[in-house]
Amino acid sequence: MAVDQQLKIELGKQGVFVTTIEELYNWGRKNSVWPMQFGLACCAIEMIATTMARYDLARFGAEVFRPSPRQADLMIISGTVTKKMAPQVVRLYNQMAEPRYVIAMGACAISGGPFKQGYNVLKGIDRYIPVDVHIPGCPPRPEALIQAFMTLQKKIDGQPLTGEKRPRHLNPEAQGEFPVPEQGAHDLEPTSNSGVWPIPVIIR
Amino acid sequence: MAYTGDNPLMKTVEEIKAAIEAAVPGAGVDIISNPSVSGQHSLLIAQSHALQVAQFLRDDTELALDYLSNVTGVDYLDKEISEKVKVTRTVTKTVDGVEQQVEETVDETRKRVEPGYLETVYHLFSVAKKHGPVVLRMRTVNRTDQVEMPSLTPIWRGAELQEREVFDLYGVVFTGHPDLRRLLMWDEFKDHPMRKDYVEPDDFEYEPTPHDQVLERAKQHAASESASIQEGAETR
Repeated sequence: MAVDQQLKIELGKQGVFVTTIEELYNWGRKNSVWPMQFGLACCAIEMIATTMARYDLARFGAEVFRPSPRQADLMIISGTVTKKMAPQVVRLYNQMAEPRYVIAMGACAISGGPFKQGYNVLKGIDRYIPVDVHIPGCPPRPEALIQAFMTLQKKIDGQPLTGEKRPRHLNPEAQGEFPVPEQGAHDLEPTSNSGVWPIPVIIR
Repeated sequence: MAYTGDNPLMKTVEEIKAAIEAAVPGAGVDIISNPSVSGQHSLLIAQSHALQVAQFLRDDTELALDYLSNVTGVDYLDKEISEKVKVTRTVTKTVDGVEQQVEETVDETRKRVEPGYLETVYHLFSVAKKHGPVVLRMRTVNRTDQVEMPSLTPIWRGAELQEREVFDLYGVVFTGHPDLRRLLMWDEFKDHPMRKDYVEPDDFEYEPTPHDQVLERAKQHAASESASIQEGAETR
């Protein structure tokens, strides 16, 4: 049950702090998102710059880059995902504990970018795993990554604990493991996970 | 002046060719001249004597080509050559009411197929003498079933990874290579993507901003997809 904003402010003036479990839980979660220490290409350099003193991702509670997927909450796909690397990326995502989020950073990660027509480049990681925030750019500036991070925080903040729209980790029936594509004789098999990425209909 | 590296005293390709042929009898070296300004002429060496030639180039005191900087591949497709040939034929003709055998010259277009081949190019430098590059080329017999070529890894250790790359992308099989596996593509991959007749997987199902070639491919994909849907409907 949501608390009336006006009432909350009024009570705050009297020294009474009112909140809900949902708000408290999400407030804690959104300010302690630990990304996985994992970079694929030149976007990773911008990601590293984002964590350094000038841009300082620590202001958002995300300074701890974990070297293990078991301890990470956020996967930043920073760079070109080649078809050789894609199964490993999906496998790493499968190894992360719920709740977990994905930011696809840069033109390559969201669509294949300048290498889209190459024989060895995946046309966007969202074909295999669910992506929460897409950032365009080649590479995106650290500000763009911070913007994406804040967007993700808003998303986490808005996730209800119960009901239809509750996130995957609160839904015991939700599918948590995503099939790892096989490396076939000519291409990845399957070429996309239709459960995650139904081929978008282009309206012209 | 043609670029001959840092040391202008380096031998010309003609001199290198002569030196090779003196040291390795029957080596069969051809010069492929480069008409551009750089004038980097290359030496086409025969497979049969490749290792001896390479050994000579590395160990010769004057050349001392001790550093292999680059190995790459080139794919030459089968070439169909049509040429006009004058042919003399005996034709039976009626001249002035009498049948005669007359010789006649006719233009005839003949087509022949020059088989394609795969080529590897090696760029050699000398660290000791500070000169280079010397460009070596080697060719396979064809580009389908006889794609073997001697590996130069025993002579220049630096060739190992680069020959693996050429094997991966062009399908040249290097005999005598210590560890010939795919380098960039995965092991299960069957094609050689840098070959000119490589067919890319048809993954043009979603092209939000198609143009030029991509537009063509996206249209082809849409056409083939609707055809397969119709086929499916008919069989049902």
